Amino acid sequence: MSMRTLPLVFINLGGEMLYILDQRLQAQNTSEDNSEKGMWSENDRKRVMNDIVGTMFSKSFMDELLKPQQLYSHRTMKTVLTRLAHTSIMRLNPASMDRLYELMVMAFKYQVFLCPRPKDLLLISYNHIDTIREFVKDTPAVLNQVEETHRKIIEVYSSLSEGEFQLLRQTLLIFFQDLHVRVSLFLKNKVQNPNGRFALGTSGPVPYKTDVPGLIRAFDRKGREVRRHEFPTGGSYSSPLRVGSFDLHGDRVIRLGLNMYVSSVNCYNTPNLLAKEELNLLARLMGSMKAEHTPNTETVFRINLFTTDAEEEEAGASGGTEESLFGVINIQAMQDEQAATELARIAGQFMEQDEPVENPSSSKGDDLLAMMDDLS
Amino acid sequence: MYHKEKSIQIKNSASALYNNLGVLRIAPRRLTYFTVVHANVVNMVSASWDGLNYSHRQLQSKEPNVATSTSLIMQAAFCVLPSRDLLVVTSQKGIQMYESDGSIMVYWHALDTPETPTAQAVFARGISAVWENYICVGVSSGAILVFDVPSKGSNITLSEVVEEHKEPITDIASECSGSQECIADMVSADDGGNLCVWKSGEEFQLLNKIPGFDMSCSSVKLWKGTVAAGYGTGQIRLYEAVTGILHVEINAHARWIYSLDIAPFSGLLLSAAEDSLVRVWHLTLTPETNTVEVAHLHNECVTDTQICGAKFCDGDGYAFAVTGYDLSEIIRYTQT
Repeated sequence: MSMRTLPLVFINLGGEMLYILDQRLQAQNTSEDNSEKGMWSENDRKRVMNDIVGTMFSKSFMDELLKPQQLYSHRTMKTVLTRLAHTSIMRLNPASMDRLYELMVMAFKYQVFLCPRPKDLLLISYNHIDTIREFVKDTPAVLNQVEETHRKIIEVYSSLSEGEFQLLRQTLLIFFQDLHVRVSLFLKNKVQNPNGRFALGTSGPVPYKTDVPGLIRAFDRKGREVRRHEFPTGGSYSSPLRVGSFDLHGDRVIRLGLNMYVSSVNCYNTPNLLAKEELNLLARLMGSMKAEHTPNTETVFRINLFTTDAEEEEAGASGGTEESLFGVINIQAMQDEQAATELARIAGQFMEQDEPVENPSSSKGDDLLAMMDDLS
Repeated sequence: MYHKEKSIQIKNSASALYNNLGVLRIAPRRLTYFTVVHANVVNMVSASWDGLNYSHRQLQSKEPNVATSTSLIMQAAFCVLPSRDLLVVTSQKGIQMYESDGSIMVYWHALDTPETPTAQAVFARGISAVWENYICVGVSSGAILVFDVPSKGSNITLSEVVEEHKEPITDIASECSGSQECIADMVSADDGGNLCVWKSGEEFQLLNKIPGFDMSCSSVKLWKGTVAAGYGTGQIRLYEAVTGILHVEINAHARWIYSLDIAPFSGLLLSAAEDSLVRVWHLTLTPETNTVEVAHLHNECVTDTQICGAKFCDGDGYAFAVTGYDLSEIIRYTQT
């Protein structure tokens, strides 16, 4: 169907991935330096974000995505996103990546499903870009790449009609079809039902350019209104909110696409077992900080969500039922400095070439993506 | 006014596509066929009226003679002609026509797809039987393909290509009242909300063009010379087809309308949208004053579901059926 889905898919899925990684890396930031084993410092966190964002928003990567093409399969998408994550010093094992992918996809599905009008897909994408900008604001080179990409997206997508955006949205909805993974953050906030389906209200503001339902107007042959009467809508709708900004900077107005994990951390003053299990899965992302040049050594880093170890044990014990419900998987990731040099080489294939590329179609980024395509 | 009946389970969930429900009532065999599109598959269910027998069939959108290639389906619809009924399936690759039970494919028309993909998507969408022997299908370029269908056999030919629309066709409908007096035979709608009104024949004649307002018209119906059009803004507009005069404007839904249907014997209008609501209206036409009146009759809410297909199951509107995105069932409602 739509041939223009990929750039938006990567910005949004990649954005969700960064939100989750950032939240986990921040939660473990208890020291400024690397002195404690198993800790990620502020610098390391920034380095991870910069590496991933730098690759994702690189010109060659984005140019490849912007070529008109069909949407990738889930398998290909997961492979590319895994490689993106691995351009940083972080490693994710397949089980972790599977779970991370599920969370990313369900978040994006939620945003696309609830998107008020199809063109608002852009605002959702811009919310992701705005937040990504914040992650890399201290690194001018990467920030610049994000800005350039944002400009390119505005240039390509601003002129699409509502009908074309709806086709894009319908293509994405086919991609998400039949996925009903329950996400504890969504369940807690009541945006998702226990059966995995998202809640769709019949109240609230209508999308921009839509009139509030309830009115029937009849006209005469000269176009003059001759009668109006109302009908019961079965909902309680209100006027649209002001339209969000489609520029490089501005108030997007809609909240979809913003970082949900930020507010979630704040509201965990009281233990919420469902969400705690969720966060703990993600918490066990990190492994050993200092490379011991023995890549097989893994250390699981434990997050304290409670004030004392005793409470932690207690909460952990009673979380048993949730485990069976959600199939808790331990996410483990290790920092692997020995592989870093190899990584740099691979990552280099995503980065913008310094020398002018004679034949763009033979650039390594294309080869990699083409290779990934064959995996599907 | 209506109550919910037992749903029909289907093999896959419905995809979020306009007009994603086909219904064919076969009175002599006391059966109704339903079709629901899921990605590259058409799910067909044959349901007996006594509610005891259901049989399922799946059709894949596959070009003949190509082993593995499949493409996404945009729409599946039944075309009822005086001599025969056909099931037409449109996809990214082309148009397939089957016998109405889906057993045999009788015709395949390939779309011109460019060598290297262009930014503009290529697909066929918008299906209608017109008059006695035509089936019209819309294309993403805005063109409408007119096929001449013989009373039996597979000698279906492309009779004409009409190019009036400039944007992708969304839906096509033909005059459903059965009245011989109507001048207009067919109405077509596009992604810009533009409507074209036609007279069929060896050469289709454009009778009128009703401009859109930059908002997609996703579903359209033609009844007793009145066009009912549903838009992405959630509005329904009723126009006099030949003159383009706007009779009625309804702020019907809070989200994009995905399906409209009219029960020709009773003048009932069915509308369904992404806002999870199905609404039933009644149209009254007064020929003396050339006016149309609309009364709202009934609402049904399909909780947490973006509806993608809604159709009456009979000409009186006694029963209707509904499909929704991600839902693996056809929900049915009957008058109390």
